Parts: sequence; structure tokens; C-alpha cells
Amino acid sequence: MMTESEKGHSSSGIIISVASGKGGTGKTTVATNLALSLGSGVQFLDCDVEEPNAHLFIQPTMEEVVGVTTPVPEVDEDKCTLCGKCGEICQFKAIVVIGETVLPFHELCHSCGGCMEVCPEKAISETGRELGVIERGHRNGLEFVHGELRIGEAMSPPLIRKVRSYARPDRVTIIDAPPGTSCPVIAAMKGADFVLLVTEPTPFGLHDLELAVGAVRVLGIPAGLVINRSDVGDDKVKAYAEKEGLPVLMEIPFDRGIAEAYSRGELMVEVMPGWRERFRGLFDRIVEIAGTEEAFS
Amino acid sequence: MKEVVVISGKGGTGKTTILAAFASLAKNKVLCDADVDAADLHLIMAPDIQERHSFESGNTAVINGDKCTQCGLCRDLCRWDAISEDFVADPIECEGCGVCVYFCPEEAIDFPVNTCGEWFISETRFGPMVHARLGIAEENSGKLVTLVRQEAKKLAEEKGLDLILTDGPPGVGCPVIASLGGASGVLIVTEPTVSGKHDMARVAQLAAHFQIPAMICVNKFDLNPQETEAIEGMAKERGVKVLGRIPFDPMFTKAMVQGLTIFEYNGASDAGRAVSEVWTKLGEE
Repeated sequence: MMTESEKGHSSSGIIISVASGKGGTGKTTVATNLALSLGSGVQFLDCDVEEPNAHLFIQPTMEEVVGVTTPVPEVDEDKCTLCGKCGEICQFKAIVVIGETVLPFHELCHSCGGCMEVCPEKAISETGRELGVIERGHRNGLEFVHGELRIGEAMSPPLIRKVRSYARPDRVTIIDAPPGTSCPVIAAMKGADFVLLVTEPTPFGLHDLELAVGAVRVLGIPAGLVINRSDVGDDKVKAYAEKEGLPVLMEIPFDRGIAEAYSRGELMVEVMPGWRERFRGLFDRIVEIAGTEEAFS
Repeated sequence: MKEVVVISGKGGTGKTTILAAFASLAKNKVLCDADVDAADLHLIMAPDIQERHSFESGNTAVINGDKCTQCGLCRDLCRWDAISEDFVADPIECEGCGVCVYFCPEEAIDFPVNTCGEWFISETRFGPMVHARLGIAEENSGKLVTLVRQEAKKLAEEKGLDLILTDGPPGVGCPVIASLGGASGVLIVTEPTVSGKHDMARVAQLAAHFQIPAMICVNKFDLNPQETEAIEGMAKERGVKVLGRIPFDPMFTKAMVQGLTIFEYNGASDAGRAVSEVWTKLGEE
């Protein structure tokens, strides 16, 4: 557990996770513009490791690429007596004894280490399965980190946790979370000081927002809402937010100019007047709420 | 029997809207919503649920405080730091590996099966549909995707239907991989943005990795015609068939708000005609 002072709640140290439920509502737009509006001393962690996009907008100078692996079993067949205990303990069918041989299935392995622990012959050691890479770079005073899941790799949470491990407690850390509400999103939200939800005022946007709010509640984190393309669709998202006590912190109207700028990889705070101030205002509201409000529940 | 899975890499490119439109056009099909993490197809299809089943998958450690002697072995073995200092297992952190359960010298750890969600067989105005709802913060979405696809196939066989239209999840991870296995083809719906292009390339690579024939259509193509050209060029280089372009049209959102497909709302619109063309080309594949 983090202590209150480590969590910060001041502009000197806060983790803001930007999430949405539904994909394509504008998470990356909000996260990148928020980060770039703040100047130096900000960390940006793109945790949408399946489809990382923030670098296309922030365009950091990359300095480092590191491969990330997860441990998987390797069996020394000379020592193995085919007792089958490894297969018994494995909940994921990732290692089985068939006839005269023991077969590890690395793609199914969750890296729990159970087979290695249980093996009476100490015949199992660990090797690595490649999860993907982490790239680190900077742009002006902003530190940028993202993960990129290897194509064909199913498990994103371990890579997301690895990206999260770059967070520094004295920084403003903005996290771009993946869409959805299951394990990858939880990995990108857990331990954040604030979750900024981004939605659009449509039936799909509302439905997935309700799921995302459910996930935030499970974690007990203060939250607020940005409504993107706020003038399309209907007013049910606003009614829902009011009913749930979820503060609407920003509305971004639909503007073909914004959509076209996005399509080219341009940031609103850099090409459209007034937005830098609005995103700074959004940040101030977040700091205020994270500092004063009890966890959203 | 054929199964076409609609995916996108990037979320929000219009997968579900376009699949719903296809539902208006296709005959003899089963609809399948494999985006179990944030399922939306039912908001257009208004399914009348005929069968409801719970989805059970995986287990979670629960420490029995009466038996626990706080020896600490479980905390040493757990690689997810899921067990607190006062020996309570956190169900969100628990991976369900069962290592603590196996080694606990007091047999103080229970390992109940998780109910992770529900899945349904429904009737809709467009024919039968199989869909699901994964519980919030749950795991095993890939297994639920596999399950709904199997059930859709069974239903199609029973009813003598020869097509399954599957709405896939965004991304390239576990649920997407589960939505591809054994599919006849995937249609990648993308948009002409730097992120749409980037994500299309990754998901096309994923389809190639699993040797599933891939096709694309560019939605909202007129937002950036140059990027549309670039995406189509990139697709052709990768052997991905280009099926067509769909214009940006607020009509799609208006239809969605009414719970209608574009053809029910205004089939004569430019957007409607463009979707028809994509559908015709898809039929030729």
C-alpha cells in the first residue's frame, strides 16, 4: 500500500489513468493533449500495449528499446521421471506428460512457477517467453514509455504491469489505458490516484461507460468524465453521470477540424487555439478532486 | 458453413455499426457478438433472450482464517502479490494458479470456481444471435469468446444456416486471438487516421500469423483521403483484399441512437449504398 504522502495528490506526484470501456472514444486524444498541456516533469505511460498509438501524436525521440519476457518452464529430460506432478498442479494445461515425454506449452503458461516448485527431481528451470518490447524516450521535458505486445502473444497484463513499473512517485504520470473492462484495463487502472473516463454520448458509449464505471468502483478510485463529440447522439450520458455523481470535467464538441487534425497525428493543444488552457484547467480539476474526494463509490 | 469475423485493431472504427448493417442484408445467418468485454451489438439487435447460461471459468484462492497459521509460505510462493500481510487473498490480483492452494501445509486455502459472466442464445428481428456478458474486472475473456463462437456454430448447424457474422473485439491480444481460430475470413474495419493505419497493420499481421484470409474496408474515408490511399496501398502490399470505402456520415450515429441499422434508418443514403457495395464484394470472396 502507498502512504498518503507517496500518493501525492498535489501536482508534484499523481497518477491519472485515462480509460473508456468503449474503444475509439478519444482516450488517446485526451491523454496526449492533457500530458502535452502540462509542460515538463510529466511522464506518459501508454499501457494500450495491444495497439499503442500515443507515440504517433507525441512523437517522442526514442532512446531505449528493451525486450520483455515472462518466465516459462524448461524441462531437463535427463532428470525428469515423468511423475506427472507438474501437469497436476498446472491450472492452465501448459505442461503435460504424454506417454514417455513431458510437453510444456509456453503460449498457455501464466508464469506461476508451480511446476518448478512441485517437481521432486528439480528437473524444471525457467526460460523466457517473449511478451513484446518496451520503448522509452522523451519529448522536451516529457518522459515517454510504451509497451508493444508481440503479434501472436495473448497475455497483455504482464507487459502492462512492466510499463507501469516505470512510474515515478514524484511525477505527474498520465496513463493511456486499453479499451474494455477486463484484466488489461484493471492492470492499467489499479493504484492510480484518479481515473479519467472518456466517452461519447451514444448508446454504445453509454453502455460501455457503465461497465467502465463498474470497474472503477471495484477498485475504489476517484473518477471524472470527459464527453467527446459531445453534441452528437443524445443526452443520456449526461443524465447517467449526474445520477451516478460522476463529475463531467470537459466536453469536446464534434468538429471536423479536430477529427481531421487527429487523422494526421496532430495534437489539439498545438494546432487549435484555446485547448492548451482548457486541458490545463482539466488537470487542475483532477488534482482538486483527487485531493479532496473520497474514492468514487 | 462460413464465419466472417469483423475486427479492427483500433476501437471505435465502426465494427459493430457495420456488422449490424450486414445483418440487415445477410440471409440465413447467425449473429455472434464476440466482443464480450464491451458487447454492444445487442443495443441494435434488441435480442429476445431464449436461453441464459452462466459462464464459469478459472478459480480464485480464498484463505480460511480459522485454519491459517500465518506461516507465510503462500506469500512467498505467490508471484502476483495477491496475499496481504494479514493473509487475505485479493480476488482481483489472484491469477488462479492454485500454487498457494497446493502447498498450504494446513489445507487452509479454498479454490472455488469463478462465475465470470453469462452467455445467451437469443432471437432478433434479423435471426438468431449468440452473445455474452463478461463480469466486470473478470478474466478468461478469450475462453468466453471461444465459447460463444462454438455455440453460434452449433446453432447454425442445428438451424441449417450457412453463415455466421461475428463481431470481434478490438486489439490483438487474448480475446482477438480467440475470435480468429477457424474463421473463414476476417474483415478489418479501419479509419484513415495515423492510429487506424498503425493498428490495421498490426491486426493484419495477426491474421497472417494465424493464416486467416483478411480483407479491409476504410470507414469515414473522406476524413483523410490521403491516409485512405496509404492504408489501401499498405493492405494490398500485405495481400489484404480491399473491399471498399464508407463515407463519414452522421446518419450512422442517428441510426444507432434509434437502435436501428443504417438500412432501417435510411438505406438510400450514401453511407447505406457504400455498405451495400462492401457487402456485395464480401459475398464474392
